Amino acid sequence: MKQLFQLFLVFARIGGFTFGGGYAMLPMIQNEIVERKKWATEEEIMNYYAVGQCTPGVIAVNTATFVGSKLRGIPGAIFATLGVITPSVIIITIIAALIRNFLEYEAVGHALAGINVAVAALILNAVITLWKKGIKNIFGFLVFLASLAYSVLTDWSPIFVVIAAIAFGITYGSVKSRKGGGKE
Amino acid sequence: MINYLYLVAEFFKTGLFAVGGGLATIPFFYDIASRYDWLDVSTISDMIAVSESTPGPIGVNMATYCGYNMGHSIGGVAGGIFGGIIATLALVLPSVIIVLIVARFLEKFKNSTLVNNAFEGLRPAVCGLIAAACFDVFKNACLNLELYKSSKDIAAVFDIKALVLFAILFVLMRLFKKLHPIFIIIPAAAVGIVLKM
Repeated sequence: MKQLFQLFLVFARIGGFTFGGGYAMLPMIQNEIVERKKWATEEEIMNYYAVGQCTPGVIAVNTATFVGSKLRGIPGAIFATLGVITPSVIIITIIAALIRNFLEYEAVGHALAGINVAVAALILNAVITLWKKGIKNIFGFLVFLASLAYSVLTDWSPIFVVIAAIAFGITYGSVKSRKGGGKE
Repeated sequence: MINYLYLVAEFFKTGLFAVGGGLATIPFFYDIASRYDWLDVSTISDMIAVSESTPGPIGVNMATYCGYNMGHSIGGVAGGIFGGIIATLALVLPSVIIVLIVARFLEKFKNSTLVNNAFEGLRPAVCGLIAAACFDVFKNACLNLELYKSSKDIAAVFDIKALVLFAILFVLMRLFKKLHPIFIIIPAAAVGIVLKM
């Protein structure tokens, strides 16, 4: 029971400080889930993000469900998911009910400009950590470059990157094991 | 009452079919607006702006805001709160169910060479997708592309205040690796207000 509440609280903290969608959540996940609580490894988080790209729904919610279910099964998934959505529900309800002209306050715009800079720096830091864990050879580097170029240059869905990466991974793996001369 | 059922059905459908994160839900909201009178197109652009300026996943923020507006139109503040909660739960329910199924499947096949090879390809690809997201956020936060387009002055591209803040925050993070992101975000917001960024 204690761990279920911890799941709720940790994900509530993550949900309450994620500005700008699923990717912006990654630095918080790395800090809270991987480094402090050790509930999942960096590799597992990357796997969840990959799966989150091709399953429906909000990526932050998918990641919370994954981590919760890994730790405590279905109850864990429910507590983690409720945790990640609770701060937004409360904040948005307050804005919708009381401060409808929220965006017209000058300070809000200035604070957001500062927060956006922080989010850019945080994500860059997260990418460096992921790079060390996720890219181990020239094959990985080429997949990284292709995926980066695809997303910067086009606005097509990331699903195609995911499908192509799966196909490359499987092909590369089978070629490597054949070259290895029956090591496995 | 019947309106609440429509609300739940529409957000459940959005949660089930919007693949690829919060922004993928936006076309579904335009579709809802074209069919019901409790959501109009101008509210959607407000919703996007509010969602992007408040913490939390964008899809969830949109569902709460939209559910509140609809509920408020029939039941006042209490109706609004109720609408916001049920719309949000309806949005996340399909993905929770699907992820639980996928998680079980992955657990079962975690020793399969095929699945591991697939992830071997996926991890660098995800890294690339996140690097691209980083590039987008950086472009937005630290560069003035609009100003450059109007003035054609190359120096105008760089938002000096933002770039200096970016460099300081980044160095801080590299020096204090365990620093919680909250201690990067809150000072940055304060600097934004003080310097009128």
